[in-house]
Amino acid sequence: MAQTLEADPEVEMILGMGTNEPRVPLERTEYVRSDQAYSILHRIVQATQVDTVVHTFLETNSVGISGRALHEINVIGTLNLLAAAGAPGTPVRHVVVKSSTHVYGASEKDPVWFREETLRLAPVRTRVERSLLEVEAMLRDFAADNPHLIVSVLRFAHVLGTDIITPISYNLRKRVLPSILGFDPLVQFVEEDDVVRSLEHVTRNRIPGVFNVAGAGKLPWSEVATIGGAHLLPFPPVSARAFSAPLRRLGLVQFPPEMEAVIRYGRGVDTSRLIETGFRYRYTSAGAVESFARANNLRRTVGSSGNEYRYEQDVEQFFRHSPAVIRGSDG
Amino acid sequence: MHRVSADGTDTGQTAERRRAEERRARAIDVRARRASIQVAPEEPTPLPVVVPRNFRPDLDEGETVDPRRGDVDEWGRSEHVRSLLRRVYDPMYKHWFRVEWEGMEKIPTVGGALLIGNHAGAIPSDAPAIMHGIERDLHRPVYGLADYFFRTVPGVGTMWSRTGGVPAHPDNAYRLLHDQGQLALVFPEGTKGPSKTYTDRYRLRRFGRGGFVEIAMRAGVPVIPIAVVGAEESMPILFRLPSVAKVLRLPYFPVTANHLVFGPVLGTVAYFPSKIKIRVLDPITFDAEPDQKRYSKSTVMDEAERIRALLQDTLHDMLRARRSVWFG
Repeated sequence: MAQTLEADPEVEMILGMGTNEPRVPLERTEYVRSDQAYSILHRIVQATQVDTVVHTFLETNSVGISGRALHEINVIGTLNLLAAAGAPGTPVRHVVVKSSTHVYGASEKDPVWFREETLRLAPVRTRVERSLLEVEAMLRDFAADNPHLIVSVLRFAHVLGTDIITPISYNLRKRVLPSILGFDPLVQFVEEDDVVRSLEHVTRNRIPGVFNVAGAGKLPWSEVATIGGAHLLPFPPVSARAFSAPLRRLGLVQFPPEMEAVIRYGRGVDTSRLIETGFRYRYTSAGAVESFARANNLRRTVGSSGNEYRYEQDVEQFFRHSPAVIRGSDG
Repeated sequence: MHRVSADGTDTGQTAERRRAEERRARAIDVRARRASIQVAPEEPTPLPVVVPRNFRPDLDEGETVDPRRGDVDEWGRSEHVRSLLRRVYDPMYKHWFRVEWEGMEKIPTVGGALLIGNHAGAIPSDAPAIMHGIERDLHRPVYGLADYFFRTVPGVGTMWSRTGGVPAHPDNAYRLLHDQGQLALVFPEGTKGPSKTYTDRYRLRRFGRGGFVEIAMRAGVPVIPIAVVGAEESMPILFRLPSVAKVLRLPYFPVTANHLVFGPVLGTVAYFPSKIKIRVLDPITFDAEPDQKRYSKSTVMDEAERIRALLQDTLHDMLRARRSVWFG
């Protein structure tokens, strides 16, 4: 995201924040490390007078994370973020949040396509969904309390891409895809590139509202395995996750609870609202799977290629601030 | 502003690179202008260049590749599976039920229409007959809107979906009828229809809450009532076992005459060879503005009741003319 913004000359300053060091080379992004809950955000906002906050840190995957940490990151993190953005005299004009279509849940009663205002029908059973719903409720209140601020919420379908590890991409890399015997639901994907571009689109054009983001079309779970070059690993329809436990323990598959309902009933979201704002997707749902499979094949043959980037703070600081460095026109 | 060259030689990657370069060039320009004079704000950013639906950097602009392998559509229906099923079901349709249609020409060959019918038989035999007949003779798909209960049953749910079953949700119906102009078949009685015992045959149950009328009004499509005679006798219910249904979480658990004749296993799937006659009634259109948020409940209920009475009269009419359950 920051890389894309750097290319835009109209953006005067970019400030990155996270718990880890950035994994991609960034030319002019200032970077601050913080704790999970963004407790220092308020001071940073005041000090830098940023006008846009893009919140992409919501955790939508419960693998390897405790319930408490999840709550801390999603709910408390957003709480701090909104507190900072909505403080009196705040310079912030625009808040963009990356959420997930997990907020719709998945059940047998679902419509084939969820619109942004369609009510959720599935009971809330998993921690991820609960925390995301809580976050979205906070955002709704925030938007209502601060009508002068622009609030954009993007709900992403399953993301596939080389830079992000989700349970599905993990499984596709291992070439096994857990499924539930007798169920072959329709699912949607969104390519990483489209994720970044859609975030950039709403940020740059300052588009308020809630938007679904997913590649066009839906495809059956079995076809995901075919295109992705993986084998389906069917679990019994009753207590599927319990049966998968030994394999999960061995690290052969990832099968978080929020995935179970999806591979049983599937989920589709209507993306026409975002398209109406002028956003154009590059990948369809099937295209995203195919693109991931191709990248995966390459990775398998030549190893994790590409320029391995290691963030070294001192070197970066030197490049950015030392008068000895001859900078480019946009340096 | 940048546009991808029209000659089609520009690949995605070079276009991307060129765009980045141009942005950088503009950057210098903007900085310089900002520094000297206060210029008017930049012109709005153009919409992103439209790229092929299935973007692949290695393909030329305008070239597309469809990565899909199967033909399962967004509703889960697969024409391939459907045609296989048609081949298997056709002998049953022709020789077992000897289905006879009357007024099929009233079903439009293009555009959306909501087909509604009376529902009967422990495992209803009317829905497959109607769907098969229309697909066979009019060569257009029919989507069957039904209780979502099917989706929870392993195997059955997937098969049901591949053969054109769609959960009956108002959004689904609207999208099928209005946006896609498809035929949708719905049984407004719901499970109350097939769960009634043989003593109640051909007595229409309550037509839900009239939701089908509301959807047809909103989508601006006609309702086409279809009366089916013969499905009741193909698998008549003698009595129901509510306690078993509760344990198995089924909508109802029937004990049918087929169980007595064919035994408990075969009797669950084998139909009696009753003659099925189907009569299509004139399409009913409503003079209501489509795409309203709400429709008057009284109008909706009145229309639903009117259609129910019409269908009931037609059923009585057909039953009066019928001489034999087996030969029509």
